[in-house]
Amino acid sequence: MSNTIVKMLSDTLAGFGAATWFFFRILGQLPQALLRPRLIVHQVHNAGALSLVIIMTCGLFVGMVLGLQGFDMLARFGSESALGSAAALALVKELGPVVAALLFAGRAGTALASEIGLMRATDQLVAMEVMAVDPFRYVVAPRFLGGIIALPLLTMIFIAIGIFGVQLIGVQQLGVDQGTFWSQMRGSVEIEDIMEGLIKGCVFGVACSLIAVYEGFTAAPTAEGVGRATTRTVVNSAVMTLILDYMITAIML
Amino acid sequence: MTSDRPKTFNLVEISDVHYSIGGRDIFKGLTLEIPRGKITAIMGPSGTGKTTLLRLITGQIRPSRGKVWVDGQDVSRLSRQELYLLRQQIGMLFQNGALLTDLSVFENVAFPVREHTDLPEALIRHLVLTKLQAVGLRGAHRLMPHELSGGMARRVALARAMVRDPDLLIYDEPFAGLDPISMGVILRLLRKVNDALGITSIVVSHDVDEIALVADHSYILAGGKVVASGSPKALKNDQSALVRQFMNGLPDGPVPFHYPAPDYYSDLLD
Ligand SMILES: Nc1ncnc2c1ncn2[C@@H]1O[C@H](COP(=O)(O)OP(=O)(O)O)[C@@H](O)[C@H]1O
Ligand SMILES: [Mg+2]
Repeated sequence: MSNTIVKMLSDTLAGFGAATWFFFRILGQLPQALLRPRLIVHQVHNAGALSLVIIMTCGLFVGMVLGLQGFDMLARFGSESALGSAAALALVKELGPVVAALLFAGRAGTALASEIGLMRATDQLVAMEVMAVDPFRYVVAPRFLGGIIALPLLTMIFIAIGIFGVQLIGVQQLGVDQGTFWSQMRGSVEIEDIMEGLIKGCVFGVACSLIAVYEGFTAAPTAEGVGRATTRTVVNSAVMTLILDYMITAIML
Repeated sequence: MTSDRPKTFNLVEISDVHYSIGGRDIFKGLTLEIPRGKITAIMGPSGTGKTTLLRLITGQIRPSRGKVWVDGQDVSRLSRQELYLLRQQIGMLFQNGALLTDLSVFENVAFPVREHTDLPEALIRHLVLTKLQAVGLRGAHRLMPHELSGGMARRVALARAMVRDPDLLIYDEPFAGLDPISMGVILRLLRKVNDALGITSIVVSHDVDEIALVADHSYILAGGKVVASGSPKALKNDQSALVRQFMNGLPDGPVPFHYPAPDYYSDLLD
């Protein structure tokens, strides 16, 4: 029993060590990769376009649920007019970055991991190595950068559409006063709140992109290997996102 | 190669190499030489470590003992940068082609050129189309890799391996499972490229008859060592049991056809 726990712990630590080493390998290739903006733009487009529809749909529904629940809760204290600020703070500081990161991991992260894993399984990465092209520069770094640029953008889109959803339910359907809704929101959301959301978006972007490219790159070169890599991308990204979310919140509050 | 080092007679020298993976000894004192400008064949039954040998030569793995010299350099002592410099002089044809799936045929062949040089687009186009013409696939340059048959993919991969006129061309099982046309194209090119450009070629294969048509010299590997070497003709006439088994494709001989197993009948009756 204690043996399995020790083994699990040491495996986890070894995984962190390997991922950290991997991270520095990417950092080493960043200057070279930045010289080819075309590859990065392509990857931002790839990761962004893949997740855009799902981010927008989910943003809308999360916002609408927030409108319903927020209104119900606030009505108990007779303060429905605070709906705008309450919902906006929840979206900007928590729901936006976290849900966007989870969706990103499920859509773009898995796609990245399986794409790189398949490149491994079909010898493409080895072929690059033998052609004296570092796969870190050509494959890993641009995808990593694409991910960390795309996620903060997606987070902002998610938040904007979420607020639209809150407004749709709260103002259009439940009859909160339009003017109060917006002025309350503008009055209570501080620049620090927006910074917190943005920082979370960036940190989650780094974590989810790193996990995706790492799992793909180190996948066993078989069909099961690629499958395992995609599963682990989703699971590890979700766990990492929630842990990091707690840590950033604790630091920033 | 490009360096100012004196040219060694042999482009590749493997001396007393030991290597093991997954608890199995693949090489136990392998020694062989690949002379410049010649076509050298490496033959041997499946799983003897032919691909592993190519990985040693291109510096993807390091021997646990012994030396691998390529163009006078000890491969296992090179830094990543030096290794990449060396690899720029090497073209390799992978068994399944290993084309980059997100690039078209044209871009696949252009890939090494774009990555390592700053040539103008017109020149790249000229280079790529000449190589594709040589493998008979100029008309296919717009296709994506998934639109190619296995034989076509391998021909594109050959065009890619040749595109920078390397000094050393390595072929891993170039004939396995090919249609007759692709087979003919690759056989002819192998000889032509070698003679016209003075390239050194290493061909890994177990297709004895095809090898006999092109190779200047062959090594037969078994049990982690070279067990016979010589011109294909000499090997054909070799009387040793192992060489005869391999060259004539006999199922049983010194190299057992069966993987070690308990007695057949008692196994069936269990
Ligand atoms: N990653 C690995 N782990 C364990 N064994 C391996 C690995 N790669 C290759 N081998 C073993 O090494 C031996 C030689 O493989 P290889 O060089 O591919 O043979 P060949 O190309 O001659 O058919 C095989 O028996 C194979 O099982
Ligand atoms: Mg092989």
